[in-house]
Amino acid sequence: MAVLCLAETANGTLALDATAKAVSAGAKLGDVTLLVCGPAAAGDEAAKIAGVAKVLVAEDAAYANGLAENIADLIVSLAGDYAHIIAPATTTGKNVLPRVAALLDVMVISDVIEVVDGDTFKRPVYAGNAVQTVKSTDATKVISFRTSTFDAAADGGSAAVESVAGAGDKGLSAFVEDKVVESDRPELTSAKVIVSGGRGVGSEESFAIIEALADKLGAAVGASRAAVDSGFAPNDQQVGQTGKVVAPELYIACGISGAIQHLAGMKDSKVIVAINKDEEAPIFQVADFGLVADLFDAVPELTSKL
Amino acid sequence: MKVLVPVKRVIDYNVKVKVKADGTGVDLANVKMSMNPFDEISVEEAIRLKEAGVASEVVVVSIGEKKSTDTIRNALAMGADRGILVTEDQGVDIEPLAVAKILAKVVEEEAPELVILGKQAIDNDMNATGQMLAALLGWGQATFASEVKIEEGKAVVTREVDGGLQTISVNLPAIVTTDLRLNEPRYASLPNIMKAKKKPLDEKTAADYGVDTTPRLNVVTTEEPAGREAGIKVGSVDELIAKLKEGGLV
Ligand SMILES: Cc1cc2nc3c(=O)[nH]c(=O)nc-3n(C[C@H](O)[C@H](O)[C@H](O)COP(=O)(O)OP(=O)(O)OC[C@H]3O[C@@H](n4cnc5c(N)ncnc54)[C@H](O)[C@@H]3O)c2cc1C
Ligand SMILES: Cc1cc2nc3c(=O)[nH]c(=O)nc-3n(C[C@H](O)[C@H](O)[C@H](O)COP(=O)(O)OP(=O)(O)OC[C@H]3O[C@@H](n4cnc5c(N)ncnc54)[C@H](O)[C@@H]3O)c2cc1C
Repeated sequence: MAVLCLAETANGTLALDATAKAVSAGAKLGDVTLLVCGPAAAGDEAAKIAGVAKVLVAEDAAYANGLAENIADLIVSLAGDYAHIIAPATTTGKNVLPRVAALLDVMVISDVIEVVDGDTFKRPVYAGNAVQTVKSTDATKVISFRTSTFDAAADGGSAAVESVAGAGDKGLSAFVEDKVVESDRPELTSAKVIVSGGRGVGSEESFAIIEALADKLGAAVGASRAAVDSGFAPNDQQVGQTGKVVAPELYIACGISGAIQHLAGMKDSKVIVAINKDEEAPIFQVADFGLVADLFDAVPELTSKL
Repeated sequence: MKVLVPVKRVIDYNVKVKVKADGTGVDLANVKMSMNPFDEISVEEAIRLKEAGVASEVVVVSIGEKKSTDTIRNALAMGADRGILVTEDQGVDIEPLAVAKILAKVVEEEAPELVILGKQAIDNDMNATGQMLAALLGWGQATFASEVKIEEGKAVVTREVDGGLQTISVNLPAIVTTDLRLNEPRYASLPNIMKAKKKPLDEKTAADYGVDTTPRLNVVTTEEPAGREAGIKVGSVDELIAKLKEGGLV
């Protein structure tokens, strides 16, 4: 059975990690065709992902900025050949796939963490406090995969690349601008190590001590919702039920209490370290190594001694 | 401009849910229920549009059990003008596709120029209903909004996306789904709670709209996720570094 996977692109380049993780999830269902909305170069790069059967490249500018109306119609025009239509559960995937599903009159299955068989999937509900196994009765399955639970497919592929046209711009919406945070740090969802700060960090200025530790470790920087709401950190750093879901080798939570909504986004990390001055903080219930300390002492000390 | 706001009654975000031992679901008996937090943000945004003279009327709609009346009254107490309750007593929540189909019928009747939904309901976390409704209506969609400006015939919306923020404009009528930073919802005051009891509330059933709500996804089992044991407390930064080195982590 054939699988159509929407590749993740950003600013005209392929987001390799998210795409390769969705490919490895899709490979459990059948031969994966990747749809790349972006320039030919992004398509060529996608063709190198191992296990990809074919790459379709849509170069029309109508598809360049993730506008859901245009991309959903393009996918629907291709849908006839595929039993499964999938994407990584990124903000783009989550924007586009439910629209595709409704146009096909099928349900979308969001944030899947395990493939049981071609119709049956596991997904977390209630902020990860329960895992549902759902069996779809729809002819076409439309699925977004949670990237943190799948390993990226390797490189070394050499799939054929074809271009697809589609109907272009529907004229319902228009791109105005992107405000992308430029950073030399690794991306949150693919980083091996993450240092996160919460309300306990206290201010945007003092977030620098979190960043200094991250830089020492070559880590990405994360944040709790409280830290983002208070303006200490940008929205794209929010980890949790309604932010990004991560599972690095090492997650260091500083001044984060451990609300269920935060835990939902990081409790599958391999090793969790918590630094919190309140020994009763719930974060210690999931931490492998807990340090009861003032973060303004402990974090700089850790940075300097590493 | 009329604004329609769908609101869902969900388990309160402070409740730690328990999975039933027989795998049939989660225990919802005697659990505190509230309006989905994202929907409070949607109601707030709609009311602010009305206060700014942009919106003329704010209509809230909820699909669910009779008890969803509480959720609608709550939105009316915040400042919405009128409510519609669509009862669906199958005993289970209905899926986003069926919810979207019912909402599409409500939109046909009410003819709003803007529908503001939450980006996700915190019980099932599907993050789907708004996008599905947009598809069924053939409208544009602006999901995960952190800022909404209404300009001539358009909504200019800043969206919270993985890479940061994206601004798009969508032609009206349009669908907007709300993210956390859009606003801070107000609390309903006691006088407004009293007033809300007198605001109009229509009752309908899913059958009135002729929508087939048969689920497409059957829930086979609901299980507890793999647990995580608390580890150890370390006494100092030096001890922490030693542990991390032992594990080859630094
Ligand atoms: C609809 C909804 C969605 C949500 N989604 C998310 C989400 O995706 N992600 C998320 O994180 N949250 C989310 N939340 C919010 C969540 O419920 C918590 O409010 C939030 O995670 C708390 O952040 P925090 O731990 O930084 O702050 P707090 O709970 O205030 O904790 C601060 C901690 O810092 C400690 N501290 C203070 N000073 C120091 C110091 N000097 N040294 C050491 N420790 C110190 C304190 O002891 C405390 O434990 C959501 C909530 C709702 C309603
Ligand atoms: C244990 C368990 C078993 C279940 N079994 C089944 C089953 O067998 N079959 C089945 O069909 N479903 C079942 N469900 C429920 C179903 O899976 C979800 O309710 C459905 O997927 C809705 O997803 P969501 O609420 O996450 O929608 P989202 O798309 O995340 O919601 C986004 C927004 O849409 C709007 N919205 C959503 N729902 C409503 C509503 N009812 N009224 C008004 N506005 C709304 C709100 O604005 C909300 O913020 C079950 C749920 C549980 C917990």
